[in-house]
Amino acid sequence: MKILVCISNVPDTTTKVKFINNNKELDVTGIQWVINPWDELALTRALELKEASGGVIQSVTVIHVGPASSEATIRKALAMGADEAIRVNTEPKDAYMVAAQIAEAIKKENFDMVLCGIESSDFNGSMVGGMVAEFLNIPSISAVSGVFFENGQWIINREIDGGKEKLTTEFPVVLIVQKGIAKEPRIASMRGIMTARTKPIKVMEPVAVEPLTQIQSFELPKPRAACKFIDADNVKQLVELLQNEAKVI
Amino acid sequence: MAVLVYTENWDGKFKKLSFELVSYATGIASMTNDSVVAVTIGHVDEKELSQLARYGASRIITVSDERLKDLDNQAYARAIAEVVEKEKAGILVFSHNNAGKAIAPRVAVLLKAGVAACVSSLPASIQPFVIMKKTYSGKAYGAVNILSEKKIVTLAQNSYEIKEQPVTPVMETFTPSLAGVTIKTKVVDVQKQTGKVLLTDAEIVVSGGRGMKSPDNWKPIEELAALLGGATACTRPVSDEGWRPHEEHTGQTGKIIAPNLYIAVGISGATQHIAGISGSKYIVAINNDKSAPIFEVAQYGIVGDALKVLPALVEAVKEVKSR
Repeated sequence: MKILVCISNVPDTTTKVKFINNNKELDVTGIQWVINPWDELALTRALELKEASGGVIQSVTVIHVGPASSEATIRKALAMGADEAIRVNTEPKDAYMVAAQIAEAIKKENFDMVLCGIESSDFNGSMVGGMVAEFLNIPSISAVSGVFFENGQWIINREIDGGKEKLTTEFPVVLIVQKGIAKEPRIASMRGIMTARTKPIKVMEPVAVEPLTQIQSFELPKPRAACKFIDADNVKQLVELLQNEAKVI
Repeated sequence: MAVLVYTENWDGKFKKLSFELVSYATGIASMTNDSVVAVTIGHVDEKELSQLARYGASRIITVSDERLKDLDNQAYARAIAEVVEKEKAGILVFSHNNAGKAIAPRVAVLLKAGVAACVSSLPASIQPFVIMKKTYSGKAYGAVNILSEKKIVTLAQNSYEIKEQPVTPVMETFTPSLAGVTIKTKVVDVQKQTGKVLLTDAEIVVSGGRGMKSPDNWKPIEELAALLGGATACTRPVSDEGWRPHEEHTGQTGKIIAPNLYIAVGISGATQHIAGISGSKYIVAINNDKSAPIFEVAQYGIVGDALKVLPALVEAVKEVKSR
């Protein structure tokens, strides 16, 4: 069995974003690039499953759609313990175009389980995983908070509005994972960092697919009004303000 | 080209989210001079269905098929795509909730439709179709141009005002062909959360951070949430410590919420936490550190010991509520 984990290269979550070129482009000065946090959890779970599988899971591969400059982030995934990586050599344009590239790679390499983080922290679309599955006409399960091999079968937990469900599925499958899938992201060991340098990154050339959307410009949210401070001994005043000024209670 | 809105139902019932979606679809339809088709999957009685017409849905289609008993993303997407073709819809509206995020991307591929995900306002223009969407986890917005003929938008929850615009609806039941679809996922167990306000639906949320010191101190948070008819939430360190279930974790990698009122108790306001709550209309912060970043996003603040201020706040709310 082979697992594929899709990873995005995103600005570190503490980044204060700024834009340049008439607000058309992100100012990348000083940005630390990291594996998208949900993808990092997905990879962590994939590695845990492989280690517990007694050889049933042969490999964990990561795939990234992006230029050579994102290889540092791919190496981080290899340092965490992924066996190999695929980089589709093209600038990611939108979810549709990225998903088409990943689907093409899956067709060539035959993965059984594909894990995607539920969204990327840069474009927050939550679209790539489901699109990959539809391109391949295979099942997808979204909002997955657990994946286990129990009593001889794979059990997938997903969150629904107002509850949780346990599912079984046929393979190959795309699992779109969120919080809960792994406790904490795995931290690369020194040995992992050393061996990552020699692990293979296979570069695939892209298939010709046009994006269906385009971001024209960015804007920052309007700053909020200054905070009104209320004395700690006068909480009644807060309740009064919430009732009569904000009118929210 | 009609505007089609997917309105999920929960055991045959709609909720505020559904009306918000229909109101939003009607808003788009008034810009394009089209009508609104609402689609739901599963059994909903006529009285409940007719509620969607109050917000502007002039056609209401119930997709009925035994194979769609449980949410299978592949089959649901196919069924909705069939309705889109039949109704010749051009713009599709989904919620940016669990089901919307599960189905919309598959429909997008089936129809070759570009998606603007997590929007909170009407399009800035129809031709070209440009709409603002959330980017960088709420730190910025992006103006997205959807280039394809068919377009999909997913609407962030609690971000659009419900508006009554009643019409007389035509109702129809539709059985999809689902040609060539085999259901490959199977639900083997369901656990429903009952009797509690869902965090993502809640209009008021009371949330605790590490400043609460111990899981044993959560009672007043729960009490305040109950008094206000709201839900409880927490920060990531709190859920990582196991003080609270991970479903309550609100922030960039947890739940993203947009209640009318968010009360942050003992929360310093890390960037990742703010990313999950910045859509809130009002934020109240109670924290002992006046320089905590939470006060930069709050409208009302109390500097003080959370464990002392909170019980006093519970009492003050009780007093007001008993009047």
